Amino acid sequence: MTLNTFKSAILSALFLATSLSGFANENSDTQEDKEFNAKDMIMHHVKDAHEFHIITLHEGKENQKDISIPLPIILWTDNGLVTFMSSEFHHDDTGHTIVEKNGMKFVKSHEKIYQLNAGEDAVEFDAEHHPTNAVTPLDFSITRNVFMMWVSILVLLLIFIGTARRYRKSEDNVPTGIAGFIEPLVVFVRDEIAKPMIGEKKYRRYMPYLLTVFFFIWINNIFGLIPILNGANLSGNIAFTMTLALFTFIITTFSGNKNYWKHIFWMPGVPVPMKIFLMPIELIGIFTKPISLMIRLFANITAGHIIILALMSLIFIFKTVAVAPVSVAFSLFIGIIEIVVTAIQAYIFTVLSALYFGMATEEEHH
Amino acid sequence: MDLITPGFGLVFWTAITFLCLLFILRKFAWKPILGAVEDREEGIKKALASAENARKEMENLHADNERILNEARAEREALLKEARDIKTKMIADAKDEAQSQANKIIEQAQAAIESEKKAAMSELKNHVATLSLEIAEKVVREELSNKDKQIQLVESMLGEAILN
Repeated sequence: MTLNTFKSAILSALFLATSLSGFANENSDTQEDKEFNAKDMIMHHVKDAHEFHIITLHEGKENQKDISIPLPIILWTDNGLVTFMSSEFHHDDTGHTIVEKNGMKFVKSHEKIYQLNAGEDAVEFDAEHHPTNAVTPLDFSITRNVFMMWVSILVLLLIFIGTARRYRKSEDNVPTGIAGFIEPLVVFVRDEIAKPMIGEKKYRRYMPYLLTVFFFIWINNIFGLIPILNGANLSGNIAFTMTLALFTFIITTFSGNKNYWKHIFWMPGVPVPMKIFLMPIELIGIFTKPISLMIRLFANITAGHIIILALMSLIFIFKTVAVAPVSVAFSLFIGIIEIVVTAIQAYIFTVLSALYFGMATEEEHH
Repeated sequence: MDLITPGFGLVFWTAITFLCLLFILRKFAWKPILGAVEDREEGIKKALASAENARKEMENLHADNERILNEARAEREALLKEARDIKTKMIADAKDEAQSQANKIIEQAQAAIESEKKAAMSELKNHVATLSLEIAEKVVREELSNKDKQIQLVESMLGEAILN
């Protein structure tokens, strides 16, 4: 597949800039059979997948070899739980390879797993791309995003429990080693985010959530930028951002005090017609706040990935290696901006969450 | 459309993972880290306050020292003054005493002189009287004729002697 070639091309471009002509030749060899589709390639990269693909060797030849980490597929079907490894699909994403488990037939097409109806051996779609002869079971698979999320929490636990141990070891609470690097970040979240947004009196309750969400988003943003792990675009996945936004929404709603609800349902200090007019607006506002959190993080991170990949695609769209220096230069430039964006987006998500908590717990001061 | 449709599996795993991460980090990371940071901040605050207190105490001590020194100085002054007064007084007393003693001695001397003088006078008178008697005897012996005249003379001589 062309997009697999492309992946090897990205790796070569980023790590082995001197061999630019080498992969270009390889590309032109395989370019003849299939037209390069930038949109498919980019979508494949920013979306989730059921296996952790690393590289494809000898693309399009007889000894083609895919190197990937197989991940477990967990499905909840009408007949109960079904689990098998993604390697059983043999890297097929077109719905041709059928895996039989517990008398049920599964196929994978465009990273979606379908359970074929009895007697069928190929999935068919209608005009709206709904399967006509298959059902979609609930998919709890450990996809590459879930896998990367677990890698990221492993790293987080190592970093922060290591930091905590530093303090426990020292007698005088002086930060040494990794704690010297982590402490300013923690103090930053406390002094620049929690305290000004929530207030000196109540910020303490929300510190664990704010710290966790800040570092969780930040590290996953960074992981999304590492070229070889580029497949995992966790913080640019709407499911991920939706879940975190949902947590912020739940905490905000449950910490809302009398004053907060009064401001929503019966705005003080304005005439009665205005109160009635404002009520639905404020009511919608409760939901638009977390939705904006969800979309902001998702869109920013995904957009960054799409830009880098699109710049890289230029090489294959123009089918010339001459574009490569421009592509590499621009994607390097965007890459550096993206490094800044990783921290900024984590900061914005945390700061806005803190702001909503602050609004929910604000005392009456009129 | 797949891009903006949240996948149920990922939502499920994210929620579980995030909650686990939140609870583990809260217990094993945020609590110790924030606790240590706050402890240290508290320690710094306390150290600063105690340094300030020590400074104030030093100031107080300094002021106390100054005061004690001043007091001692004043006391010394007072003592010296007293001593000087006593000295002057003693000198004055001694002078007075000496004066009075001298006066007394002088008086005594004068009295003694006076009495000596009186005694001498009376002795002289007696002497003169004896002398006069002797003279008178002689006169009487030599000049018995002119007795009246001689007595008159003696008396007048006596009177002159007394007057002397």
